[in-house]
Amino acid sequence: MTATTHPGSTATAHAAGGHAPHAGPTGFLWKYVFSTDHKVIGIQYGLTALVFLLLGYGLMALMRWQLAYPGQPIPVFGELLLRALGPDMADRGIMTPDLYNSFGAMHGTIMVFLAVVPLAFGAFGNYVVPLQIGAPDMAFPKINMASYWCYFAGGVVMLVSFFIPGGAAKSGWTSYSPLATVADLAHRFDGQTFWLMGMVLLITSSLLGSVNFIATIIQLRAKGMGWLRLPFFVWAQFVTAFLLLLAFPPLEAAGIMQLMDNLLGTSFFLPTGLVVSGRPLDVSGGGSPLLWQHLFWFLGHPEVYVLILPAMGIVAEVLANNTRKPLFGYKSLVYSALAIGFLSFIVWAHHMYLTGMGTKISTFFQTTTMMISIPSVIILTALFISLWGGSIRFNTPMLFALAFLPMFGIGGLTGLPLGFSATDIQLHDTYYVIGHFHYVVAPGTIFALFAGIYYWFPKATGRMMNEYWGRVHFVLSFIFMNLVFLPMFVQGLEGMSRRRDDGGATYAAGEGVYGLSLALKLNVGISHAAWLLGVAQVPFMINLFWSLWRGPKVVSDNPWQATTLEWATPTPPPHGNFTHRPVVYRGPYDYSLPGSPTDYAPQNLPA
Amino acid sequence: MDIPHTVEARPDTGLYNAKVGIWLFLASEVMLFGALFSSYILLRVGAEAWPHGLLSVPIGTFNTVVLITSSITVVLAWASLKLGDLSRFKLYQGCTVLLALTFVAVKSFEYRDKFTHYYVRLQDGTELNGHLAGNPLNWTAANLADTNRVGASITFHPDAAGGEGEGAHGGHAEPIELTAANVAKLESWGPWRSTYLAIYFTLTGLHALHVIGGALVIAYLWGPGSRMWRSDPERFTNRVEVCGLFWHFVDLVWIFLFPVLYLL
Ligand code: HEM
Ligand SMILES: [Cu+2]
Repeated sequence: MTATTHPGSTATAHAAGGHAPHAGPTGFLWKYVFSTDHKVIGIQYGLTALVFLLLGYGLMALMRWQLAYPGQPIPVFGELLLRALGPDMADRGIMTPDLYNSFGAMHGTIMVFLAVVPLAFGAFGNYVVPLQIGAPDMAFPKINMASYWCYFAGGVVMLVSFFIPGGAAKSGWTSYSPLATVADLAHRFDGQTFWLMGMVLLITSSLLGSVNFIATIIQLRAKGMGWLRLPFFVWAQFVTAFLLLLAFPPLEAAGIMQLMDNLLGTSFFLPTGLVVSGRPLDVSGGGSPLLWQHLFWFLGHPEVYVLILPAMGIVAEVLANNTRKPLFGYKSLVYSALAIGFLSFIVWAHHMYLTGMGTKISTFFQTTTMMISIPSVIILTALFISLWGGSIRFNTPMLFALAFLPMFGIGGLTGLPLGFSATDIQLHDTYYVIGHFHYVVAPGTIFALFAGIYYWFPKATGRMMNEYWGRVHFVLSFIFMNLVFLPMFVQGLEGMSRRRDDGGATYAAGEGVYGLSLALKLNVGISHAAWLLGVAQVPFMINLFWSLWRGPKVVSDNPWQATTLEWATPTPPPHGNFTHRPVVYRGPYDYSLPGSPTDYAPQNLPA
Repeated sequence: MDIPHTVEARPDTGLYNAKVGIWLFLASEVMLFGALFSSYILLRVGAEAWPHGLLSVPIGTFNTVVLITSSITVVLAWASLKLGDLSRFKLYQGCTVLLALTFVAVKSFEYRDKFTHYYVRLQDGTELNGHLAGNPLNWTAANLADTNRVGASITFHPDAAGGEGEGAHGGHAEPIELTAANVAKLESWGPWRSTYLAIYFTLTGLHALHVIGGALVIAYLWGPGSRMWRSDPERFTNRVEVCGLFWHFVDLVWIFLFPVLYLL
């Protein structure tokens, strides 16, 4: 079954529960709540992000009812929504358009900024990066703690916004102006204001985090850990940190300006002559709605690589470990990740082809968009080729990592037609776009995150997760993910808009409208698949907590017989991580070296 | 547990951790202000008209000199520590804090000037700019209605004819009595007044926050924080250096802000 049955020889022969080389802080509060230990912070990030992942799913599950059965009361949950949010939002248990809009905006916001990025970067990055580079902790442990608490506060602000008068933000996760400013003129501190304040906190958090990550990777690499001996995961996090560092501040600037538009009545993004509900808006005007879009997508596009790069890093680690051979083209992986990093700053306007930009500008962004797919394809190809000739171990982490490859492939390939302005005219703002990016983020990134959880769980807890239920979780998730997202391409090609709260039913019923007939039927099927996808997560949730207390204890510090340094620590690693400062003698993936007694050579094994 | 390179530099990078950290932080700050400057350009290019001369160049110049001087004292303070002279450090860094306070004081004086300057549109459609008697801060038509309720009106002194700008306050045009009945709109020259004022307040406000934040940290290192000099002089010197780097950045931003908002 798992590799636990083959206890590997490790540099530190501690079994579970090794002693701390240095005394850590004492007292529950300082040890687990206001901890400065990167591992505790990583786990805090991880648990919080998983809660948000569930919540983001829940919002969508409710929206899916409205899409499948528009205008009908939601069973069970309709009553709860009515009680919690009042008849303005869920009259007789029916989801109002306002509620649909705010759930939609918050689903996107929560998934991107509060669930996936914190999980990929905050949790895995925090836990694994210092271990993999052989560092005792992050360069700035207190700043690390501040980063988590800013994130936490940002999450609380977002959650509170559901319950304020007028409800949460309703203008999409992209918050386009002027809609975002005029959506709720009746309330001064409206959902959008909360959204902006929450975002400022989240941006602060990611700023603190990214400075810390980069400084740590530059400064705290163990002796012998040269740049080209870094595991690919560390490289991925390094580039990600740079994206966050440099792309988020413009959104912060935009957020400040939109906040001023909302609260102080400025007109940064409000054009002259804006008419709202039949009356001219009493503002100075002269602003530019396009300016918001530029600033948003200047973050927004790098952000999608923030979502994908750590996932690629995790997949690379799991693949190398379970194929028992070095990654194919380690250097090309590294250079591709760097190329993605640079290029992702100059493609943002491919989200704006339909804003009436000139052909020259559009040509520029089409070109850069095609250029950035090259390194993405290189990475994917290298990972695929890495499988070639390996004696593959099909454990749960590996299954998720393997599934990542074709899923990300579909997501990436469907991006190409979006990247050409001619084809994008048809596809923009349809369900095709929804299908595209969900393929990259859901069966792509989220699968990689699952792989990471199953893979590093034994290091973090000293226990294995249950393999059987892991596989059940994988198979069901794989099926339902595809049943949810594959039909969306069809819907999009049929012209179904991504923003309608009735899934296009009213529009389709209009006189002289053809098409959408298939799309409306698919809506029902997709919704059912989406709910079942939720059910498929139950084995995972139970497995996670059950294994925490009851899972079989690992018999070695290195149960997967891996080569990277995180496995050279006691299990779970104590405050300060390593019993001795590790020294690195070799590259990250020395698997199946000819003539070696074992099929793997840890990085700290003298050459 | 000790984190390596908190004080001594890492041989291959030649830097201690905090220095790497501050440079990274400043890179993100460049992006923050860069985005705002780009917004400024975009908004200005798209504007029908762009006001000139709303701000006093002499005052702006004075503040520029103040900040540049503070940049010098910050370096001298750090150099004094390198020479092992804490009292000189205190002298120079004290000057830095005072200069920062001067800057903020001058800036708030400039702000006040805008919030006591009014635009008014009368019911007959006449549009005027000027001052209210007694220079109240940031009034709106609602405040006017309150005054009316107690039976008073307020005198409005329009600016010199034709001048949208500063300078000759009142006197030239006839003062007008404003009441809630004859006023359609009354607002001060806050950020809501025009795109120019919006970006002016945003840029200078954000910059002022940086000045205040920097000054607080410098003041801390000048006061209670300086105790570290006795226990760990090298680390203390590093802190002062890092702070100084931030301070130079804050100055640099102003060097861009001054021409962009006051001169061009
Ligand atoms: C590899 C090649 C890729 C190309 C050529 C590509 C291209 C595009 C284009 C042109 C759009 C805009 C479509 C429209 O609004 O009409 C888009 C949307 C999007 N893409 Fe991609 N993409 C690629 C990869 C990715 C990856 C790796 C991710 C994330 C992990 C991603 C996430 C997104 C998201 C979230 C949106 C939608 C944003 C929104 O409008 O709400 N894409 N993509
Ligand atoms: Cu993009």
